[in-house]
Amino acid sequence: MIKKIKITFHNEAFLKNIEKISGESITSCDQCGVCSGSCPFVEEMDITPSQMMRKVLMGDEYVMDNKTMWICATCNACTVRCPRGLDVSKVAEALRQIRLRKSIDKIDINKISKKDLTELPQIAYVAGFRRLTS
Amino acid sequence: MKIPYYPGCTLKTTAKHFEDSAIASAKEMDIEFVEIPRWNCCGVVASITDDDIIHHLAPIRNLIRVLEMNKNGVVENEKRLLALCSMCFNTLKRSNKKVKENSDDLKIINDFMYKEDDYDGSVEVVHFLEILKEMGFEKVNKKVKRNLKNLKVAPYYGCTLIRPKGIGIDDAERPVIFEDFITALSANPVEWRAKSKCCGSFLTLNNKDIVINLGYDILTNAQDASADLIVTTCPLCAFNLDNRQKDIKKKYPLFKEIPVIYFTQLMALAFGLSADIVNFDKNYINASKLIKDKGISL
Repeated sequence: MIKKIKITFHNEAFLKNIEKISGESITSCDQCGVCSGSCPFVEEMDITPSQMMRKVLMGDEYVMDNKTMWICATCNACTVRCPRGLDVSKVAEALRQIRLRKSIDKIDINKISKKDLTELPQIAYVAGFRRLTS
Repeated sequence: MKIPYYPGCTLKTTAKHFEDSAIASAKEMDIEFVEIPRWNCCGVVASITDDDIIHHLAPIRNLIRVLEMNKNGVVENEKRLLALCSMCFNTLKRSNKKVKENSDDLKIINDFMYKEDDYDGSVEVVHFLEILKEMGFEKVNKKVKRNLKNLKVAPYYGCTLIRPKGIGIDDAERPVIFEDFITALSANPVEWRAKSKCCGSFLTLNNKDIVINLGYDILTNAQDASADLIVTTCPLCAFNLDNRQKDIKKKYPLFKEIPVIYFTQLMALAFGLSADIVNFDKNYINASKLIKDKGISL
């Protein structure tokens, strides 16, 4: 007997939106875990990059409450190894952009200490503000 | 050879010794860096979302300056733009690639910057190491005046110099260009695991602890590979691996400090340039004592 299974997404609109912003075909992720195994930040994350991909694939918007997307520093260690040619860092960026485009910043510039202000090079500020503020 | 040069913000301030040592070393190789006029910030990190075009304006505007320099005769038929900072290199090259491959995006950018000359995608963004490789590392070797044979050097590639594929200057997994460069300078490159592990980048702003943990792993791995010092191409890596050593020491009291210098400082040292050009005083961990202990006079 042939049994037909219809796969439906919990929230397909969310998945489509992330695919549109990131330009990545998230549905082609095999969940092989190479990204999680390559990520130098994985120990600091609450969910691994491959779990993040899975949650996006399932349309789980609560993935944006996880720390992972904010810890990804776009080092591209996963990107060069993904057997499906996916760029996970672009998915993390798309997730960040959903928040940032609503003017919800990750860091408050006014709260940076005076010590850091004098110590950090501008390259750190520009990069940080570009990735963590709107 | 005269080549348009993009310095970027940090090379004019906290990493001035990076620029100074690069310009002086390049002169020894008969390369003149011609700073592009009215350059602006590249944005440091590449704009990687598909629908974001506005953040490509700044890098592309810098590329238009290169076309202007050719038009005005400041340089002769030299459409390559040289970068020293690997983050600038990565950002400029990624924007360039984006508009070369998407003519619609290029048109939007050109229309938006209607007061500028149109950009045609003809500029090529290159890193100083690529230029040296192209000239031939044997030519670099001929300029060596101070022998560094007693020095074991760990080449730190980081991320932006070699990733992603299509942007990086060498193989993303097994790069060799930095090792070849160090060998040409008569020093000994060490083989080590963490040479392309991320230093934590901008997380130094809001997640210092992550940067400390990554830095500790990278630096101790270089020491385990018996490196005397680490060379880098990026001012942000330099900050995270050099200046953050005081924070690493606080968290890991047994940690022993190791100098982290720019690749051009090593080049200036090998080329026999003066101490004020090599300028180890500007690095957080001063390499002067190490260099002296290795029998190299500076």
